[in-house]
Amino acid sequence: MARQSNDTPVSNHTSTLGTFRSLLRIYPYAKSALPRIYLGMGAALGAGLVALSIPLVLEALVDGPLSTGDSSQIWWAVGAVLGLGVLEAVFIALRRWFVLTPGTHVEAAMRNSLYSRLQDLPVAFHDRWQSGQLLSRAVSDLHLIRRWLSFGLVLLVVNTVTIVIGAAVLFYWHWLLGTIFLVLAVPIWVYGFVFEKKYSIIARRSQDQAGDLATAVEESVHGIRVLKAFGRGKYALRNFESQAESLRGTEIEKAKAIAGIWLWLLLLPDVAFALCLFTGVWLASAGEITVGQLFAFFATATVLRFPIESIGFLLSMTFDTRTATDRFFEVLDTTNTITDPENPATIPAPKGRLRFEDVRFRYADSPEGVPDLLDGVDLTLEPGETMALVGLTGSGKSTLTALPTRLYDVTGGRVTLDGVDVRNLSREELRRHIAMAFEDATLFSASVRDNVLLGRDDLDPTSPEADATLNEALDIAQAGFVRDLPDGVGTTVGEEGLSLSGGQRQRLALARAVAAKPAVLVLDDPLSALDVDTEALVEAALRRVLASTTALIVAHRPSTVMLADRVALLENGRITAVGRHSELLASSEHYKFVISSLEDEEKREAAEQIDRALADDTREQEEVSK
Amino acid sequence: MSSATVTGVEGEERDDFTKQESAQIRRRSLTLLGSLLAPLKLRVVLTMLVVVISTAAQVAGPALIAFGIDRGLPAVLDSNDWMPAFLIVGLYLFTGIVGAVLIAWYTVLSARISQAILIDLRKRVFLQTQKLSLEFHENYTSGRIISRQTSDLDAIRELLDSGINQLVSGFLYMLFTGIALFLLDGISGLVLLGSLLPLYFLTRWFQKRSQSLFRQSRVASAKVIVHFVETMTGIRAVKAFRKEKRNEEHFGGLVEDYRGVNAKVIQLFGVFDPGLVFIGNVTVAIVLLVGGFRVVDGSLAIGALLAVVLYTRRFYDPMEEMAMFYNSYQSAAAALEKISGVLEEKPTVPDPVQPIDLWAARGHVRFDNVRFAYKGDTVVLPDFSLDIPAGQTIALVGSTGAGKSTLAKLISRFYDPTAGTVTLDDVDLRDLHPKDLRRAIVMVTQEAYLFSGSVADNIAIGKPEASLDEIQAAARAVGAHTFIESLPNGYDTDVNKRGGRVSAGQRQLISFARAFLADPAVLILDEATASLDIPSERLVQEALQTLLADRTAVIIAHRLSTVAIADRVLVMEHGIIVEDGTPADLISGTGRFAQLHAAWRDSLV
Repeated sequence: MARQSNDTPVSNHTSTLGTFRSLLRIYPYAKSALPRIYLGMGAALGAGLVALSIPLVLEALVDGPLSTGDSSQIWWAVGAVLGLGVLEAVFIALRRWFVLTPGTHVEAAMRNSLYSRLQDLPVAFHDRWQSGQLLSRAVSDLHLIRRWLSFGLVLLVVNTVTIVIGAAVLFYWHWLLGTIFLVLAVPIWVYGFVFEKKYSIIARRSQDQAGDLATAVEESVHGIRVLKAFGRGKYALRNFESQAESLRGTEIEKAKAIAGIWLWLLLLPDVAFALCLFTGVWLASAGEITVGQLFAFFATATVLRFPIESIGFLLSMTFDTRTATDRFFEVLDTTNTITDPENPATIPAPKGRLRFEDVRFRYADSPEGVPDLLDGVDLTLEPGETMALVGLTGSGKSTLTALPTRLYDVTGGRVTLDGVDVRNLSREELRRHIAMAFEDATLFSASVRDNVLLGRDDLDPTSPEADATLNEALDIAQAGFVRDLPDGVGTTVGEEGLSLSGGQRQRLALARAVAAKPAVLVLDDPLSALDVDTEALVEAALRRVLASTTALIVAHRPSTVMLADRVALLENGRITAVGRHSELLASSEHYKFVISSLEDEEKREAAEQIDRALADDTREQEEVSK
Repeated sequence: MSSATVTGVEGEERDDFTKQESAQIRRRSLTLLGSLLAPLKLRVVLTMLVVVISTAAQVAGPALIAFGIDRGLPAVLDSNDWMPAFLIVGLYLFTGIVGAVLIAWYTVLSARISQAILIDLRKRVFLQTQKLSLEFHENYTSGRIISRQTSDLDAIRELLDSGINQLVSGFLYMLFTGIALFLLDGISGLVLLGSLLPLYFLTRWFQKRSQSLFRQSRVASAKVIVHFVETMTGIRAVKAFRKEKRNEEHFGGLVEDYRGVNAKVIQLFGVFDPGLVFIGNVTVAIVLLVGGFRVVDGSLAIGALLAVVLYTRRFYDPMEEMAMFYNSYQSAAAALEKISGVLEEKPTVPDPVQPIDLWAARGHVRFDNVRFAYKGDTVVLPDFSLDIPAGQTIALVGSTGAGKSTLAKLISRFYDPTAGTVTLDDVDLRDLHPKDLRRAIVMVTQEAYLFSGSVADNIAIGKPEASLDEIQAAARAVGAHTFIESLPNGYDTDVNKRGGRVSAGQRQLISFARAFLADPAVLILDEATASLDIPSERLVQEALQTLLADRTAVIIAHRLSTVAIADRVLVMEHGIIVEDGTPADLISGTGRFAQLHAAWRDSLV
């Protein structure tokens, strides 16, 4: 049950990019925001310069009025300090104001483009990626990128500049003091780069492990019935625990790395201060500097402490952001294998002739040596014809139904609709012509009405025509139960709403496919969760729809097969027989094997007669013995 | 809603709590917090000690500089005595090193504490999720219980990771700075004290505004997340019905709402942060003014003035980060309230206090005057009695809503009866030790969930200690061996996202194999063959005939093929048994079952 993240594909080329190159990839998104970000940097720099100039006034104050005892001058100096202080606050407000909106816009734009990219990527991609992993990219990673752009980047640049200017000011007070301070700042930078490598690896690991833990939680909830039925709560907990423990280990490693950089960030400035104090006393005693200059030196150094200390977390934020950026672009860089053609063909009035021509398909990750799952399927559905698709479980029926709408693309041969290769149509048009119902019925958090009319974006949802379509589809799918829901067809279903049973969901999914009024209807075992009575009713109603619609129906039951004009038998990746049900029963042993249970039934009933007599006897004896 | 309580998860979505209710909720989360911290008491004390000392050491700096200028320098100048200067510098170095080392230690210590709390909380919620009855899970959607364990725990992690650290060290820093200031110069201390008033108002204003904004932000982000997850899990339907464009619009709207709220939050900081700097700088100016005059008249040393200015300037440094704490505190508090609600939920199917062991169950199941109603008073079983002798195979037939699945859930103790008892070998299920109950009774449902991991792992859920041979034997018994062998890596094949690559029928076969491996005394099959194709069903049935020969079984099936292997058929309507007999008896009769059977026979080919 343990799931490791290493099956999440990581594109190699992004990880070889340097941090700078990697972050540069945000540029297209951030482009429009940059002018204001630059202005924000300007304002922040202004604030830094003002803060640095306050010690100048202090020096003038200490060496001027305070040493001469001219108290009237104090007012001027204090006034200057006050003015500069207010100016600093104004600059900071400006910085905030400049970077405020652009950052959020960048975040929103990136989030939207990630989302639309994910919707565009083929089903095969989603088979490989957990939704939890995708979610952390869409939410926390982008949040981090935004904070870095409007805060981290601005401060990183500005604080670096402030440190450079501040260093110049320190030198201005005395070259020796400045040198001591700067020499001791150098190890911080060196350590910063060591820190990069260590920290970004741990950060990435922690993000992945958190994603895995989320997956474990999801599974423990979705699989709660299984865990309960077998009393495996403890077992699941052990798995969960071991994953949570490894996350804890990583987090503590992360804290150690942070502690390491904090140690140097705090230690070195203090050592510098102490040495400067000693040197300052010595210099002052030698008459090299005035007390006011020493005073101003420490005031300046104090102003520089935050920029110097901040470099540590700004760097780690930058490296986190780099990881986040990599993760974001991992998705965006994935090549979409199922795209619209450059010059899409169009079928103005589809007749619904669906043809599989030597269709081959294998999953990208199936090992070599295993034959194609679909190994040359040839099958033609004439317009208006209903074709049942019959085969053993796992024979590739569901896969075959996913090919016409291009949920997967064939790996050989082609599928055509009215003679046009489905790959030559736009996906939009193709999926308008062909509607599907899946066995595993998905409903979205929306009203029943919206769920059923999902395929009818052409209808005004409030129009009487929409109502008519809705009601007709609900009637065909025997989904009248929705009218008894709290808000009727306006009731919200799906994750955010009322939970429905499997059979109810399946009927709504069927209604959805019917309401789409497509030229071709593809139904993947759409009645499996229905009871016999309902199934019969649905079938009777479906017959009316299918009279005029081309349909491909995956069938497990004879009753479903009865809906079809012809039946196709899928065996070993090929269609080995096509014909009327009765013909196939007569001609194909495999077909009989797959679909018929009559013989067994008769055998069983004969046996039953004998068993019954025996069982009755036993029971009587038991009763007596009690 | 006013009559509703706030016990457990009830009223979780409300935001109109009365004072009393809020107090109740707060008490509950504080109790939880207390119980999380209790085992860490010593470590917390140590950590506090470390942070207090390290902060004191850090704060000592400016005062030492003042001493250096006021004492060290004059000593050198007047008597060429370097001792005071050496001492002060040595002390400075010492405090600097101690402060830095201790802060680093503190970072690790506090991470250990927060990780210990987190892992404890994670485990508790996870265990509670597993403990809570199905009734709870059916009402409280999976999405919500998942977000309790993911986003809510993240909110708490964030608070523990940075919030608490910043609050504790920030608060201590300000406290010690204030104390140092008072010790150096009382008058400057008073000025600083005066600046606390505007600081208080600014912070109050910020808190009030941020409180509602942060709530809005959480709501907006939850909407984004739900929509996102729903799209990704339902991607096939999204594509098939061309929902992409519409989704993009809808999602774009949600993202924009979220962005708007976020922008407002940032705006708030845009006022708060410069406000802090403003108050700080004005205070520095005033301190300078008041101090300057006293330096002139000689009542304050020049070095002391420097220290006073440095202290005043540094006093406000932690404020912004501490204000951030309030955000993380708020979302963490809200998260903790919800989590404590989940933890407060009493399982409606509790484990027995004095469990009765049943080492070898025979499989005699009995219902005695069982009444069962779901919440909301819909009575499913009004008064139900049934005796299933050990070893008997029962088929349950009846239309949807007749109470068949309820019966199955009562036997497997997913639910407890409202009145009456269900017993296994004359032991009330409510008293039976859970391990024995789960070993003796196993239910296979239509919804065959596969966990990520290999096929073998999934079968082994039936018996975690099973060897590969046993697993294969079970798979062979239900006819799943052939298809599993043909998978890319055989039994080691990863079933991927929710069994994506395995067909529905194959999933059911795997879950059958699970049940076979578990080898229970009582087996319940609730629509367990619905997705199987006919040959597989045939195999399963043959297997069932051998398997069920010596054990109790309850089979629910819409399709009557399964019914034929039963010793006894019960036809249920509205929670009452309307027909009871052997299949043959019932078929030859004129009742409901005879009709159903005839209709089914006609559908066969």
